[in-house]
Amino acid sequence: MAEEDNPAVGTIPINPEPRLHVQFRMCYTGSDPSTYALDIDLTLPGDGITAIFGQSGSGKTTLLRCVAGLERAQEGRLTVNGEDWQSDTLFLPTHQRSLGYVFQESSLFPHLTAQGNLNYAMKRSGVPSANVLFDQVIALMGIEPVLARYPHQLSGGERQRVAIARALLIQPRLLLMDEPLASLDTARKQEILPYLERLRSTFDMPILYVSHSLDEVTRLADHVVVLEQGRVVAQGRVDEVFSRIDVPLPVGNEAGVVWQGEVRERNEQWRLARIACAGGDLWVRDMGDAIGQRIRVRILARDVSLTLTCHEDSSILNRLPVNVLEIATDSDTAMALVRLQADNDFVTAQLTSRSVDYLKLVPGQRLWAQIKSVAILR
Amino acid sequence: MFSEGDLTAIWLTLKLATTVTILLLIIGTPIAWWLARTRSWLKGPVGAVVALPLVLPPTVLGFYLLVAMGPHGFIGQLTQQLGLGTLAFTFWGLVLASVFYSLPFVVQPIQNAMQALGDRPLEVAATLRAGPWDRFFTVVVPMAKPGFITATILGFAHTVGEFGVVLMIGGNIPGQTRVVSVQIYDHVEALEYAQAHVLAGSMVVFSFLVLLGLYGFQQKNPFTGFK
Repeated sequence: MAEEDNPAVGTIPINPEPRLHVQFRMCYTGSDPSTYALDIDLTLPGDGITAIFGQSGSGKTTLLRCVAGLERAQEGRLTVNGEDWQSDTLFLPTHQRSLGYVFQESSLFPHLTAQGNLNYAMKRSGVPSANVLFDQVIALMGIEPVLARYPHQLSGGERQRVAIARALLIQPRLLLMDEPLASLDTARKQEILPYLERLRSTFDMPILYVSHSLDEVTRLADHVVVLEQGRVVAQGRVDEVFSRIDVPLPVGNEAGVVWQGEVRERNEQWRLARIACAGGDLWVRDMGDAIGQRIRVRILARDVSLTLTCHEDSSILNRLPVNVLEIATDSDTAMALVRLQADNDFVTAQLTSRSVDYLKLVPGQRLWAQIKSVAILR
Repeated sequence: MFSEGDLTAIWLTLKLATTVTILLLIIGTPIAWWLARTRSWLKGPVGAVVALPLVLPPTVLGFYLLVAMGPHGFIGQLTQQLGLGTLAFTFWGLVLASVFYSLPFVVQPIQNAMQALGDRPLEVAATLRAGPWDRFFTVVVPMAKPGFITATILGFAHTVGEFGVVLMIGGNIPGQTRVVSVQIYDHVEALEYAQAHVLAGSMVVFSFLVLLGLYGFQQKNPFTGFK
């Protein structure tokens, strides 16, 4: 019926801005002396991948379990794209929430084959299961050859791909992933990451992705929420959050920004590709991406140095004119992070406090940033 | 090889053990599930009551059940009101007594298998839209299957092997309450050693084969974790 109506009449109320409202307050007052609370009030975008990023023990998994209804916070309100899942008077049990959950370790039912595990989800999805969707999910996760096998006959990576497929086949409004790669070795991680990227571009559903891995977060996430001891330290678009130097991000010495850009030019002779980003053009190693391909890169603060003039006589390929925005000095290490405006984006540089003093850096100052290396995240 | 009395006793024993095993699986499963999942303080006391037959002499259990089933006992009064008479010295009296006596042999393996599952499979099933009953029958039961098989074998074999409780409750009525163990006792009392040998030897072989099958099964199906 809805299809027959004139769309202009707008008989179907469409939520103009899909959003997740997440508010949880939870205290552990057990025998554990490190009594800690989850205290979170967030509004998140209703699409794309939102990473919940933090060190272990920061409450990431607890937050995800609260969203799923597997854990019950003393105080909680949760609205998913206009649908109330939890309020002062309501607590939908997990099996009534339209979500998919991928657990950290493999969670396939051992008494069912891979196909049996997928059927388990399809039978209960509450939506007539279209063969098209099944075929699409199977192809997306590349698990066709293993459908007849039992979980113990699968590799760790295959098991996790089947688990992701199972979560997709429930056709959820929200997909929750709790460190889905953490139990895998590096090779298996590299095996699954492309599947997750395809997932983002194929399915139009919000994904909450819990991780402590900076690599995964910068590669996959559109939006990031940084948690520390149960509280939100920073949140926003992934490129914004990682350019911030006013909050302590749990990134170790890997502080740096994420840029998105488009391949514009490929140089056969030097095997280089020029990518146009909001912050300026970068020359990177040509990884075989076609012209027009959108890719993501990460520029670590420790790979950025600053000069007062443009050094044409240097080996450094990428030099960008920048403006100093902010300087944060760490007196313990005598190191400083400088946040710089590069055209329409930001870049951070890690310098010694001595260099900051020597160059007499002040906000508003114009300089050149020399970028020693750029990591392609794809 | 077997006399007519022996065959009657064997048939009665098998009938009793089958009935009791079926009843125990029906009664024992919810008890095991509750014991496996509850955080109530009642878990200890209930678990202890279930396990009592493991340590009590059968005569003690038999004595109290006999009193309870008698005309003035609470079970006796209930059955009389229902027009069933009293249960002492009847087949159904034996069934009731055996259910109590074999309860721990059924509850404990099922409870252990259920506890070994942990929370995760149930959480996974809940995220796949399975409600509580659905989770129980599609996840708990199939995953705890080795526990159910062990429970069935032990419940059956233990009922076949009981003697003291039968003697206290059922006495020695041919075709009604005279099971194999009592029949052997009768043969020995009557100094019919040859016939006692046949029946007793059969019991040894039966029990050995049951245990052999059980251990073989457990070795082939060591409880595998949640993969």
